[in-house]
Amino acid sequence: MSLDAATVRRVANLARLRLEESEVETLRGELNGILGWIEQLQEVDTEGVEPMAGGAPGEARLPWRADAVTDGGIAGKVLANAPDREGDYFAVPKVVE
Amino acid sequence: MSYTIQGDTGPWEVVVGLEVHAQVLSKAKLFSGAATAFGAEPNSQVSFVDAGFPGMLPVINEECIAQAVRTGLGLNAEIHLWSRFDRKNYFYADLPQGYQISQYAHPIVGRGSVEITLSDGSTKTIGITRLHLEQDAGKSLHDQHPTKSFIDLNRAGVALMEIVSEPDIRSPEEAGAYLAKLRQIMRYLGTCDGNMDEGSLRADVNVSVRRPGEGYRTRCEVKNVNSVKFVMQAVEAEARRQIEIWEAGGVVEQETRLFDVARGVTRSMRSKEDAHDYRYFPDPDLPPLVLEQSWVDQLKATLPELPDQRRARYIAMGLTPYDAHVLTIERETAAFFEEVARGRDAKLAANWVTGEYFAALNRLKRSVTDSPVSARHLGELLDLIADGTLSGKLAKEVFEAMLEADEPPAAIVERRGLRQVTDAGAIAAAVEAVLAAHADKVAEYRAGKEKLFGFFVGQTMKAMAGKGNPALVNEVLKAKLG
Amino acid sequence: MRPTDLTLAQGLAALERREISALELADAFLAAIERLNPRLNAYITVTAEAAREAARASDARRARGEAGPLEGIPLGIKDLFCTEGVRTTAASRILGPFVPPYESTVTAQLKRDGAVFLGKLNMDEFAMGSSNLTSAYGPVENPWSRANDPARRLVPGGSSGGSAAAVAARLAMGATATDTGGSIRQPAAFCGIAGIKPTYGRCSRFGIVAFASSLDQAGPVARTVEDCAILLRSMAGHDPKDSTSARLPVPDFRAAVGRGVKGLRIGVPEEYRLPGMAPEIEALWEQGLAWLREAGAETVPISLPHTKYALPTYYVVAPAEASSNLARYDGVRFGLRESGADLKDLYERTRARGFGAEVRRRIMIGTYVLSAGYYDAYYLKAQKVRALIRRDFEQAWSRCDAIVTPATPTAAFAMDERQDDPVTMYLNDVFTVTANLAGLPGLAVPAGLDSQGLPLGLQVIGRAFDEETVFAVGGALERAAGFTAQPGIMA
Repeated sequence: MSLDAATVRRVANLARLRLEESEVETLRGELNGILGWIEQLQEVDTEGVEPMAGGAPGEARLPWRADAVTDGGIAGKVLANAPDREGDYFAVPKVVE
Repeated sequence: MSYTIQGDTGPWEVVVGLEVHAQVLSKAKLFSGAATAFGAEPNSQVSFVDAGFPGMLPVINEECIAQAVRTGLGLNAEIHLWSRFDRKNYFYADLPQGYQISQYAHPIVGRGSVEITLSDGSTKTIGITRLHLEQDAGKSLHDQHPTKSFIDLNRAGVALMEIVSEPDIRSPEEAGAYLAKLRQIMRYLGTCDGNMDEGSLRADVNVSVRRPGEGYRTRCEVKNVNSVKFVMQAVEAEARRQIEIWEAGGVVEQETRLFDVARGVTRSMRSKEDAHDYRYFPDPDLPPLVLEQSWVDQLKATLPELPDQRRARYIAMGLTPYDAHVLTIERETAAFFEEVARGRDAKLAANWVTGEYFAALNRLKRSVTDSPVSARHLGELLDLIADGTLSGKLAKEVFEAMLEADEPPAAIVERRGLRQVTDAGAIAAAVEAVLAAHADKVAEYRAGKEKLFGFFVGQTMKAMAGKGNPALVNEVLKAKLG
Repeated sequence: MRPTDLTLAQGLAALERREISALELADAFLAAIERLNPRLNAYITVTAEAAREAARASDARRARGEAGPLEGIPLGIKDLFCTEGVRTTAASRILGPFVPPYESTVTAQLKRDGAVFLGKLNMDEFAMGSSNLTSAYGPVENPWSRANDPARRLVPGGSSGGSAAAVAARLAMGATATDTGGSIRQPAAFCGIAGIKPTYGRCSRFGIVAFASSLDQAGPVARTVEDCAILLRSMAGHDPKDSTSARLPVPDFRAAVGRGVKGLRIGVPEEYRLPGMAPEIEALWEQGLAWLREAGAETVPISLPHTKYALPTYYVVAPAEASSNLARYDGVRFGLRESGADLKDLYERTRARGFGAEVRRRIMIGTYVLSAGYYDAYYLKAQKVRALIRRDFEQAWSRCDAIVTPATPTAAFAMDERQDDPVTMYLNDVFTVTANLAGLPGLAVPAGLDSQGLPLGLQVIGRAFDEETVFAVGGALERAAGFTAQPGIMA
C-alpha cells in the first residue's frame, strides 16, 4: 500500500494538520518509507490470534468508582490556561452549523 | 391499515429507525467526579478530565454501568458481560479530548424489544439493536457574540445511553409512541429523568421512504430532535421532502440534517465539510468492562415494576384497559393512584383519579408531582363515600374544598356540616312535605307520568339542602308514591 | 566527596547523619546546573527558588523527626510530568505556555516522600524520539564524548535524554523518566547510568502527558541500580485515578538489589543476535552472561520468535494511540493558539506550528493506520502481532527467570550523524521495545565502555510485576561490572 499525494492531504485534514503544498512530497516519501517497513507485519501468521488491546501484561478489568461528586467547581483553574475566554466560557471563532 | 403518504405518483411507505440519546441519572459524570446537575454556571461542573487536560485519565462511574444494565433489562435485552470502550475521533470545539469515549464494537447491551401502543389500541413490537454507554459533548453557544462561539463544558463527559432501534417504525405516530415508551420505561426504572426540554433525551431520526413492498432506499439522519411532537413532525417533514425528490426524478443523498422547529422542515447541516472517518479503536486508558452474572441478577431482582407489568396488574385489579393505560403513563401518576387505591375499591379509586382529580389538575394547570390534593386525603374521601357519610354529589363538593386547602375531608365535612342524612324518619318527613306541596304533580305521576319521579327526588334533595342519602330518598319516594 | 558526587543512597545516608543539609545539597546541584546547563541543555525549566524552599522545608521535617524515605533528595523531573504551578511543555511548542493546575501522581508521591525538585528536564517532543533532537527547546548534549573526537557533540539518547544527561553530569541525584519504546533504557545506556521501566501498571500514568497510553510507563533514572530501586518504591503504587494502574502492593525493591542471582535461570534470546551487530556489543553481552554465571546463575538459550516484528508493531500501535492522544492540543483550552479564519483553520495552523516534524509525522502515520479501510491491515494486525510477542515471553518464562540482552545496538551517536531516514532512527529501540509491547519490566545497567570510551549498557527483562528479580540481576551485573567511568562533562 503506497500513499499518493491526495491521501497525504486527506490524512492531514483528518488530523487537522495544515500542510503546505511544498511539504506534501517530502512527507509522502517519508510516510511511504515507514509504511513500507511496517508492511513486513503481513508476513506474520495471526490466524486465530486475539488482538492485544491494552498495555497490561495479563488480564485486566475496568475498575469502578463510586457515584459521588468529588470534582468540579474549579472554573477558574479550568479556564486559567485558555488562549481566549469570555467570562467563564472558552471562546473560539464563530462556528456555523 | 398501514400508514402511507400519498405522493403525486402513488403511495409511499415511511421507514424510520431512532437513535435515542438518554442522559443517565447519576450524581457524577461517566468518567469524572464532576456533577451532572442541569443549569449550573458555565464550566462550573468541569474537571480537568472533562476538559481533556494533558495527563488526565478516565475512571468509570459504577452507577452509570448499573443504570445501563437496568435499562437493558427494561428493554428485554441481552446484557453483555464483556464490553469495551472505544474512542471515536473527531475535532470539535465542544469535544475537549478530540475523541468521544463510546462503545462502538462491543456495547454493554445487545438485542431487545419494546412494545408500543397506538391510538387505535393496537400494539406493535419495535426491535432494539443495542444500547451503549458514551460521553456527552459540551455545549457551544453561537449567539452570544458577533464573531465568537462560546464553549461550556458542563455537559462534557456526562453519561449517555445511546439506544438504537431497528428500522421497524413505519409512521410518525409509531416514532412518537416509541420515543414516549422509551421515556416511560426509563422514568419507571429511574435511569433517565426524561426531561426533554433540558436535553436529557434527544433522538437522531433516520428516515427513508419507499414504495410499498420495495427494499430500503437511501436514508437521512435528522439530528438532535428533542420532543415526541418534533420527532413526529420531523419524520413527516423529512419523508415528504424525500418523496418530492424521488417523484421529481432526483436522488436522495445520504446526509445529516437538522429539524427547523419554527418552519417545520428539515435542513442540511452546513458543517459537513468532511466525510467522517472516526478512526474507532479500543481506548487504551480503559481495560474491558467485565460484569458478573450474579451482579446483573441482583439488579434484575431489584428492578422497579415496568409500565407494561403495572398496566397488566391494574387490569387484573378490575380497571379498564384505558384507565390502566392512562394511570401508568407517568410513574408518579401510578404511584399516586396506588396510594389512593390502597385497601380500597380500585375501580372507584381509578374513576376518581382519572375523573375529578385529572380534571382538577387540568383546570389548575398543576401536575401529580405538584398535586393540590394529597393521595392520602383523596383516599380518605373515598372512605367517606364508601361508609355512606357522603353521597357522590357531596363528595364532589368536599373535593372542591380540598383543592383550596389540602385538608382531611372529614374535617371539611364536619366544619361545613355536609354529612349526608341517612335517618329514615327525617327523609320520610321531607318526602311527605314535598308530596303535600305538589299534590297536582303526585296525581299526574300516579296517572302514569313516571318521568316526574326525578322531579320529586330533586325537590326532596333541595328541601334537605342536598344532604339526603340518594338511595334512601329514592326508596322512600317509591314507597310513598306507591 | 563533593555533594554532587554522592549517589542517592549515599546522599540519604549523609542527610540522615546530618553531614549535609537538604539545602546544601540543593544548592550544590543548583550551582552545577547553573554552570553546566547552558552547555548541556538538560533542563528546560530550573526552579531554583522553589527547590531551595522545598529543601528548607525538608530540613525542617527532618529536624522534627518526620523524614520521609526520600527526604531532601534533589531530583530532576522529565517535562512530561505535570507539576502544579510549574510550566510543563512536553518539550513541545504547543504546550509552551502551559502551567498545569495539578500534579502527576508520581511526582506527588515523590514530594510526599520528601524529594526536592530542581526543575523540568528536556526530552524528545512528546517523548517521540531516541536522540533528544526533536525537542522544541533545543537538543541535549551527552556529557560523554568519544576519545578520538572529543569536540563532536553526541546525543544523550531519548526520549528521556535530559533526565539521563542530568544524572550522568551530576545535575540531579536522580530523575523521573518515561519509557514508551525504550525512552528510559536507551538514554540511560547512552549516558552510562541505570534506569528501569517497570511493569505496565506499576506506576500511575495520571498527570503524565500521554504519548501512547498502552505503552507509556514512568520510571527512574539514577547512577546506580540501588538508587533506581529507592526511587521506584516512591514512584510506584496503585492509583485509583488510573484505570490501568495495578492493584498490587509495592515491594521493597532496594532489598532485592543485593539478593544475588544464585540459582536463577537467565534467558538469552537468540533473536537478539542481530546480523551486523557491533562486536563490542556482542562481547559485552557475553561478558555480562559470564558474570552472572560466576555469581551462580545459569544461562539458557531461549527463543522470542516474533522479536523481528516488534519495531514495526510498535510503529503502528504507538503512532495510532498518539494521533488520538494528541488531538486535545487544539488551541482551545490551553497551550499555543494560532489564529485562523475559522475554527478548522485555527486547529490546522495551531497544530502545524505547535508540533515539530517528528510528532507531525507520527500523527500522520497514526491517523492513517486507524482510518477507514486500513484499520484491519495495520492496526488490528499490529495488535495481533503484539499478542504474539507477549506470548513469546510467556513461553520463555517457563525456561528462565529473567532475560539479559544488550540495551542498545550502538553506543551514543553524534548529533550530526542523525539519519534523515526515520526508520534508521527507530532501530535504536530494537532491544527495548519488546518489553513495552509485552508490558514487562526492563532495566538498563551500565556495564562497560566501547573502544571510544563511550558507555554501553545491558538490559534485564523480567516477568510482569517481578521487578525484584530484575533488580537482583541488575545489582549482580552492576557489582561485577564495577562501572566507575565518568563523563567528560560533569559537575
